[in-house]
Amino acid sequence: MAKVRPPKETAGASPTSLDPALLRRLLRAKDRMDAASHEEWPVERLARVSRVSEAHFARSFKDAFGVPPHRYLLTRRIERATALLRETAMSITDIAFQTGWKSLGTFGRTFRDVTGESPGDLRAREQAAAHQPEMVPGCFLSAAHRPDLKIAVSEKRRQEAADTLPPHDESEVV
Amino acid sequence: MSQGVAVVGLYVRDQDEAVQFYVEKLGFRIHTDARNGNYRWLTVQHPEQPSFQLGLFAPAPPTLDDATAQAMRELVAKGAMPPLVLVVDDCRAAFSQMRERGVEFTQDPIDRFGTVDAGFRDPSGNGWKMIQARRDK
Repeated sequence: MAKVRPPKETAGASPTSLDPALLRRLLRAKDRMDAASHEEWPVERLARVSRVSEAHFARSFKDAFGVPPHRYLLTRRIERATALLRETAMSITDIAFQTGWKSLGTFGRTFRDVTGESPGDLRAREQAAAHQPEMVPGCFLSAAHRPDLKIAVSEKRRQEAADTLPPHDESEVV
Repeated sequence: MSQGVAVVGLYVRDQDEAVQFYVEKLGFRIHTDARNGNYRWLTVQHPEQPSFQLGLFAPAPPTLDDATAQAMRELVAKGAMPPLVLVVDDCRAAFSQMRERGVEFTQDPIDRFGTVDAGFRDPSGNGWKMIQARRDK
C-alpha cells in the first residue's frame, strides 16, 4: 500500500501523470513559496526543498501546478500586495518592498499588468466597497483573490500593446 | 444530537501512515478500523467531538478503478483537496506541541481578524488550517 507506482510513460494517455511521491515534494516547494513569497526563490532553492534536480524542477512544477514556479511566486506576491492595499494603511512603497519587489517601478508596472489597475486605484476602489472579511477564514479569502495568471506577464504586456496599436496594413497577409 | 453529519472522509496515500499521524501527532482516537478483503473502513475521532468521525480512506480498488485511484493519489499529493479546519483553544500552544511531534507546518501562527491561525499538512498532502476559537465577548 505504501509503495508508489512509477509515473506512467504511456504517450497519448493522460497528459501528465506524475509520481505522487514527487508531487508531494513539489507541493512542499509551493507551500514554502506561499509561506514566504517575499523571499527570493531561485530554482536551486526550490529544487532543494523538493529534492529533485534543478534541471527537472521547473518542468515538473509546471506539469504539477500548471504554471512555472516563478510565475506562481508572482501571483502570490500580487495577491499579498492586494491584501495589504485593501486591509492596511501601509504606503504603496512599503507594500512593494514587503512583498518582495526590489523597486517600486517594477512593482507598479507588474501589478498593473497582472490586475489591470494601479495599486493606488485598486486601494481606492477596494476601500470604497464594504467588506465583511471575518465571515471567511482570511487565508482562504486571500486565495480567492489570487490573480489568475495563465500567461507570462511579458506575453500579457505584448498582447495589450498589440491591442492598442493602430490597425496593421494587412495587405501582405495572404 | 440525533441528526447531522456523522462521517466525512479524506483520501490518504497510506492508511497506516495516516492513522499514525492523526492519532500520535494530532491526538485523535481510532473510532472504527474494519477490514473486508482489500477494503479497510478506517475512521478517527477528535477526543472532544464524539458525534463526528473523520474517515481515512485509500483511493484504491475496489472503491475506485486503477486509473481513477492514481489520479486521486496525484490530486491529494498536489494539495488539491478541499480545505479542512481544526479549531483549537490556543493556536500557538497547539502549534508548538504539534511541531515538536513532527507535523509539517505550512504556515506559522498569524494573528488575523482577532483570531490566530496556522496551517499544516498531513503526510498525504491534505491541507489543514488550525484556527483559534474566538473567545465569547
